[in-house]
Amino acid sequence: MNFEDTPLPGIGVRREITLATGRRVGVVMLRDGDMELIISRREDPDACAAAIPLNSEEAAALGAMLGAPQLVAHLTDQHSELPGVNTQQFVISADSPYVEQTLGDTKLRTRTGVSVVAIARGGRVVPSPKPDFELGLGDVLIIVGTTSGLENAAHIIHDG
Amino acid sequence: MDGMSLVLIELGVIFLGLGLLGRLAARFGMSPVPLYLLGGLLFGNGGAIPLVGIEEFGVITSEIGVILLLLMLGLEYSARELVTGLKRSWLAGLMDLVLNFTPGAALAIILGWGFTGALVMGGVTYISSSGIVAKVLSDLGRLGNRETPVVLSVLVLEDLVMAVYLPILTATLAGLSFFGGLRAVGIALLVITLVLLVALRFGPQISRLIHSNDRENFLLKLIGAALFVAGVASALQVSAAVGAFLLGIAISGSTAHSAAKVLEPLRDLFAAMFFVLFGLNTDPRTIPPVLLLAVLLAIVTSLTKVATGVWAAKRVGIGLPGQLRAGAALIARGEFSIVIAGLAVASGAVNEKLAALATAYVLLLAVFGPIATRFVEPLTRPWVARQQRKPAPPVMP
Repeated sequence: MNFEDTPLPGIGVRREITLATGRRVGVVMLRDGDMELIISRREDPDACAAAIPLNSEEAAALGAMLGAPQLVAHLTDQHSELPGVNTQQFVISADSPYVEQTLGDTKLRTRTGVSVVAIARGGRVVPSPKPDFELGLGDVLIIVGTTSGLENAAHIIHDG
Repeated sequence: MDGMSLVLIELGVIFLGLGLLGRLAARFGMSPVPLYLLGGLLFGNGGAIPLVGIEEFGVITSEIGVILLLLMLGLEYSARELVTGLKRSWLAGLMDLVLNFTPGAALAIILGWGFTGALVMGGVTYISSSGIVAKVLSDLGRLGNRETPVVLSVLVLEDLVMAVYLPILTATLAGLSFFGGLRAVGIALLVITLVLLVALRFGPQISRLIHSNDRENFLLKLIGAALFVAGVASALQVSAAVGAFLLGIAISGSTAHSAAKVLEPLRDLFAAMFFVLFGLNTDPRTIPPVLLLAVLLAIVTSLTKVATGVWAAKRVGIGLPGQLRAGAALIARGEFSIVIAGLAVASGAVNEKLAALATAYVLLLAVFGPIATRFVEPLTRPWVARQQRKPAPPVMP
């Protein structure tokens, strides 16, 4: 996939990809560090249907949401010969009691037997996170486990 | 009441008034520049409440205002952006210059204002307000649009042309002989090329020299350097404003961003004083007689700017709606038209009607430009739809 960078003198840079449907999706990175998510209009590809300002936290959360499923699909593929073992992703939402708590605080492995194999934050993926990893809003936890273990994990992450 | 207290009271009233006007402008999402001009008209010569005793202060602050305006403009761009902009869209820039300089210059010739008047009015109608345009595009969420880089590169070229135009203007206004003028312009071109080369090679070093983590220290070095360079440039007849602009270009990277942040409030304060002083020195009674001319000029130069934008956008393969958006975005004139007119009026080398015409013209287009940019799409939609239904014209072999 090709990123197309267009300098916007005095303002910043536009970075986008053109989808198979011909629509442009990308971001405008402003000089002062702010960001806008842009999506081109269907009937007028030169214009934008939306230009949504994102702060860095929101941008990171969006990046994790978009990036994690690919990782999940990859892991599911690897576990395909192991019946009963599944991979799923869970987002640390604003309601979750574990925002700004460590991964160890969730006691996921002791309580449900699942393992957190990676955490996606922004465009980055942290593989095999340690128990002292501090969770943040928008982090995506990639968890491997049995179907029932994953169900329990979902409860714990959302409601404590 | 002694002189000093009167001056303080007057300045207090002016700045307070400007603050209130600025808030009003922000509420309507428009540039405060036209309101500052109106404020100046109201207080000044022949206005409702004449002010006395602040001329000297006003002259110096407004000079600093122009220097800071241009310094900030230079900080917006890096030398690399200017050079790539020049390479990529010089043809659009040339088109822009021809189409938009001509109407103002022609009108000045018709009115019998001579070569100097033509040079000034051409500059006034040529230069779009990069401040207003950038803000409107960002407010309307058009930064991601494909035609936006086209608009921005036209603005970059205009600002670069200012660096060549202002020294020519200063030399002409100073009434230098042909060869004296030629020499001044030669020096200016040499200095500009030199600064661009130095900025490309040694930008980081210059930035490091100016940079400081201490705000106070940083500000002092910045202002000191700007005034010093502006003064030297002015002594070389290159125009103080251009000196500041070039210094801004030479400062790059993160230093430029923090410099822009530190300078912004100061620029706003001093530049506001510049616009007010321009308004103060214009007698509001001189405006009604030139209003019709200003409206005509505004209509003609709106059309020529739209033509420029349409042409530039078409060249890079933008569709018709985008072409129109690019054209309308360029209509706004503002701070730099007033800077040009201000230089001319201060030199006393031009017809006194020029200030009135320039004021009325900028008032019209600073307000109309953003409105046109906003509404060009809904207003032209039926026409655009008809155009797009028509079969494409046969391609020339």
